[in-house]
Amino acid sequence: MTTALTDPLESSRAGTIPARPAVPGGELTDYLALLKPRVMSLVVFTALVGMVVAHANVHPVIAIASLTMIAVGAGASGCLNMWWDADIDARMVRTARRPIPAGRIAPGEALSFGVTLSVGSVLVLGLAANWLAAALLAFTILFYVVVYTMGLKRATPQNIVIGGAAGALPPMIGQAAVSGSVGPETGILFLIIFLWTPPHFWALALLKADDYARAGVPMMPNVAGPDATRRQILLYTALVAPCGLAPAFLGVGGLLYAITATVGGLCLAALAVQVYARRSGERSVRAAQHLFAFSILYLVLLFSALLAEHGLGLWHALPRWPA
Amino acid sequence: MNGREPIAPPGLTPDDLRRRRSRSIAIAVALGLLAALFYALTVVKLGPQILNRPM
Repeated sequence: MTTALTDPLESSRAGTIPARPAVPGGELTDYLALLKPRVMSLVVFTALVGMVVAHANVHPVIAIASLTMIAVGAGASGCLNMWWDADIDARMVRTARRPIPAGRIAPGEALSFGVTLSVGSVLVLGLAANWLAAALLAFTILFYVVVYTMGLKRATPQNIVIGGAAGALPPMIGQAAVSGSVGPETGILFLIIFLWTPPHFWALALLKADDYARAGVPMMPNVAGPDATRRQILLYTALVAPCGLAPAFLGVGGLLYAITATVGGLCLAALAVQVYARRSGERSVRAAQHLFAFSILYLVLLFSALLAEHGLGLWHALPRWPA
Repeated sequence: MNGREPIAPPGLTPDDLRRRRSRSIAIAVALGLLAALFYALTVVKLGPQILNRPM
């Protein structure tokens, strides 16, 4: 039995991806893996915070349906990203075990799975909530897949800087879904995630530079060098740490948020300085690992503070900052 | 069921059949959830008007 490879990319990428299974389809866990569940959970979380800070009067069923569709849309874009990047995933240790490069799911299957979920999530979000939210979700998926994955990722070391916009949009989609509009509350959250993305990914890129080099992906450490990357990490951290405080000054966050953003920003800055200062040996590796891990915690803490303040009513119980 | 193992069609191993069966169940569950979602959304969107229809 032959392996049916109908994907147009196959001819140009032949030899880089293992043979497909004779029978299409892998385990259910493979299909879940295509949706990048960890990224999806962060998207759902930030979209939920976008919904909560909007303070809109929306029926819980519509809010839950909207959040589900945002999650499905995020998963669909992850799936299409894996479909397009299967050739480079196969060359990287970090991604070689993903379902497509490992040969458990055929590229054509992943493509149809991703397109179906993309179209379905946008349509259902439009019907359940409103078409502004659906348009924003469609834009996010297209931006991530077409602009970032197909365009920027293999072309420029600024790939994750510009592509970070896709990951920063979910709070705005959440606000649009429940209120029918977007406002400065989620605009500032967009800016925080956008500025947070470079130090987060470049810390990982410092650790996986060999992997990216093998795959030919022009990440910053491979193009500009590790030292220039460390400077850029420091620069973006110097931007995101004060920007993280902005919601407190704009009335979006309260005292709890202000304390979280201050302490979190200082820790992030300290770790970025460590990455800048420690340039060789095991200590440099550990510094990058610490920054990468804490950057995730930083974002989760900021958004958790907002969720606690707005969702649990703590914002009203605490004094405004500044008074 | 007659207690016998299902005979795999040519080209399919028992493992293929197992994966196909689990995928089929997952698709059925997803479609069921989608139907429930549409039902709930319809009730929420229409509200009390859902019972107000010409006979």
